[in-house]
Amino acid sequence: MSDVIIRIDDVYKQYRLGSIGGRTFQEDVKSLTAKLLHREDPNQKVGKEGGAVKRNERFYALSGISFDIYRGDTLGVIGQNGAGKSTLLKLLSRVTAPTSGTISYNGRISSMLEVGTGFHPELTGRENVYLNGAILGMSKSEIDRKFDEIVEFAELSQFIDTPVKRYSSGMYVKLAFSVSAHLDADILVMDEVLAVGDVRFQQKCLQKMGAVATDEGKTVLYVSHNMATIRQLCNRCVVLEKGKLKYDGDVSGGIEAYLSSQDTTQRVYNDFSNVKRRYLKYGGRAMLKSLELIGKYNNYFVNDEKLSFYLNCENHEDTEELHIHFIIKTMDDIPVATFLSPDVFSAKKGQETRFKVTLDISEIVSGNYKMDIVLVKANPVCNFIHYDTVNPALCFTKELSLGTTYTITWKTQDRGYVQGKGIEIEKV
Amino acid sequence: MENNENLQFETVIRPKNRWFDLKIGELLKYRDLVIMFVRRNYSTLYKQTILGPAWIIITEIVTTVIYTVIFGNIADIGTDGVPTFLFYLAGNTVWAFFSKCFINTSNTFTSNAGIFGKVYFPRLVMPISVVITQLIAFFIQFVMFIGFLVYYVQKGSVRPDYASLPLFFALLIIMGVMSLGFGIITSSLTTKYRDLTVLLTFGITVWMYITPIVYPMSLVPDRWRIVFLLNPMSSVVEAFRSIFLGVGEINAAYLCYSAGVALFAFLLGAVLFNKVEKTFMDTV
Repeated sequence: MSDVIIRIDDVYKQYRLGSIGGRTFQEDVKSLTAKLLHREDPNQKVGKEGGAVKRNERFYALSGISFDIYRGDTLGVIGQNGAGKSTLLKLLSRVTAPTSGTISYNGRISSMLEVGTGFHPELTGRENVYLNGAILGMSKSEIDRKFDEIVEFAELSQFIDTPVKRYSSGMYVKLAFSVSAHLDADILVMDEVLAVGDVRFQQKCLQKMGAVATDEGKTVLYVSHNMATIRQLCNRCVVLEKGKLKYDGDVSGGIEAYLSSQDTTQRVYNDFSNVKRRYLKYGGRAMLKSLELIGKYNNYFVNDEKLSFYLNCENHEDTEELHIHFIIKTMDDIPVATFLSPDVFSAKKGQETRFKVTLDISEIVSGNYKMDIVLVKANPVCNFIHYDTVNPALCFTKELSLGTTYTITWKTQDRGYVQGKGIEIEKV
Repeated sequence: MENNENLQFETVIRPKNRWFDLKIGELLKYRDLVIMFVRRNYSTLYKQTILGPAWIIITEIVTTVIYTVIFGNIADIGTDGVPTFLFYLAGNTVWAFFSKCFINTSNTFTSNAGIFGKVYFPRLVMPISVVITQLIAFFIQFVMFIGFLVYYVQKGSVRPDYASLPLFFALLIIMGVMSLGFGIITSSLTTKYRDLTVLLTFGITVWMYITPIVYPMSLVPDRWRIVFLLNPMSSVVEAFRSIFLGVGEINAAYLCYSAGVALFAFLLGAVLFNKVEKTFMDTV
C-alpha cells in the first residue's frame, strides 16, 4: 500500500459571477446601517427574492472533488477548458483557498504554473535566479548548490550578469523555466504550456519533466491537453468535467473518458463548399463537396484505428479517369504520407458521387495532422491535372503507443513521422 | 482509503485561516526570501541613476532645507532653542521612516497581485521586507543626522541626553511595529475598498501636521495638548528629539500608550491580513 501524499477532500470552490468585490465603502456602510435599522438593504441585488435579473450568481468552479494522490504517482489531469483544472492547481499551489473542503499534503509542493514569477527586469540574470528561487521556496544555500546547473540548463552562462530587461523573450523564459525545473520539491505541479522556447528547448523541457517524474520518483501532477504526453508521462489520470471528478483511474481509460465527454451529438462532417481553393486550374469541372467520418464523433485516432469516411464529389462537367489523392501533412505543412486511389473513375455532368474511403494510418506516429484531398486527372503526357484541392479537408490527432518495450520519446526531427510496421527480425 | 483515515499531514489547506495565526515558523523558513526582497527593493530603486543611494540623503536634506526656510525662517516657528536645521532634520528623519513604511506596506496586496496570484509564500514576507528596506534607508539618514549632530554638539549649541540613549531602540521598534500594523490594516482593507488608497495619500500629510514634526510640543496650547498626545506618533517624535537634541519631554506614560497602540494595530492588522490573504486573489 503506497502512502497518500495529497488528500483532496470534498473541495468546493465558488466564484461569484458579475461584479466581484466591487463594492465601495459607502455601499457597505449603507448596507450595514440598513441591517441595524432592520430596513431593506438598498444594495441588495434585484432578483434575490424577486424574479428579475440575477447579477451575483454563484458559480462553482469545483464542486465536491475528492481523491487521493499517492507518493510517486504521476497524475495526469485532463478536462476541457473550464472544467476546473486551473482552479484545482490554484488551490494546490495555495494561491487561493477553497470555499469548503480541505486539501492536505506532506512535503513541499512546487507549482510550475507560471514561469518567471517575480522576475524583476532591472535585476541581472544571477540576481533573478536567486530571487525567483526564493519566491518558489528555495533557501539561499539550495540555490547556491544548484546555480551552475540552472544556468547551464538555460544555456545562458554568458548573459547571466546582464539585466534581464536586455534579454530576448526566449532567453527570459528559458531562464525562468530552468529555475522552476530545478526546484527540490516532493510534489511538482506542472502545466504543459510550460514547455517554452524553440522546438529544441521544448523537447529539453519535456524531457526534464519526464526525468523528474520517472527517475527522481517524485509525485507529479501534470496538466495537459496533449494526450500523447499524458500517456507517455503519467501512470494515472483524472478527468474533470464541469467542476466534478468524472474519471479516476488508468491513463487509457481517462483519455477515453475525456474524449467521450466531448461533444457527442455532432458527427464529424466537413463541408468543403466554403473552403477557399488555391490550386484550381481546371476550376469546377469536378469538385469535392464534403467529408463525413464513419462511426466517429471525434478526430482522435488511437494506434491501429483506421481513418474511414464518406467523401462526396460533385461533377459540373463530364469527367473521365479521375484519381483521388489523400495527402497527410503535419500542421506545419510537412507531407508525411500520400494515399493514391488505385482505380480511376468517371462521372457525368450534374452527377454526385459518394465514396467510402478507408485509410490505414496505423504507422503514423503521435501528433496533430491534417489531410489534403486532391482530385486529379491522370494524363499520359504530363503528370496530373488538378481539378480540385481541399487544403485541409480534415484535421486529426493521432496517437500511437510505441509498445511496452519502448519508453523513449519519439522525436520526429530524428525519427520522422512514420513508424514502419513491416519488420521481421530473427536470429539466424 | 478507509484504512489510513488517521493519516497525519504536514500541511492542511482549509477554507479559512485560524482567527489569529502569524505562522512564525513558516516566516522563518522564508527568511531568505525576505532578504532577497530587501535586496531587490534596495537595488532596483536606484538602478540606472547616477547618484544611486545618495538620493536617500539628498531628498532628506532638500526637504529639511525647505522646512527650515518655510517653517523656521518665514513662519518663524520656535524650535526650543535648537538650531532650526537640526530640529527639522530630526523630525524629518523619524517621520520619513514611519510614513514610508506605512505607505509602502499599505499597498501590499494590490501592487503584488501579480506575484501573489501565481505562487504561494507567506504574504507577510512582503510588508516585513518593506519595513526592513525602510529601516536600512533610515539608518543611512540617521548616520547623516548624527554627522550634523556631532557638528552642532562641538559648536556647543546642542546637548544630547546621553543617559536615555537606549530608549532610541525602543522608539525604533514602536515605529516599525506601528507602521507595519497600520500598513497591513490598510492593505487588507484596500483589497475591498479602493477608496482607502486615495484617503491614505492625504491622510498621511494630515497626520504629519498633527505630529510635532515642524514645531515642538511645547508650542501646542495646553487645551489642545491632549489631542496631540492621542496621536501615538507625538510622544515618539518628542522622545527622539529629547534623546538627541536634549529638548522636549520623555513621558513614559505616553510612550507606553504609543507602544500599546502599535501593538494593537499590529495584532488587528495580523488578524485582518490573515483573513484577507486566503482569498484576496478572487476579489482584487
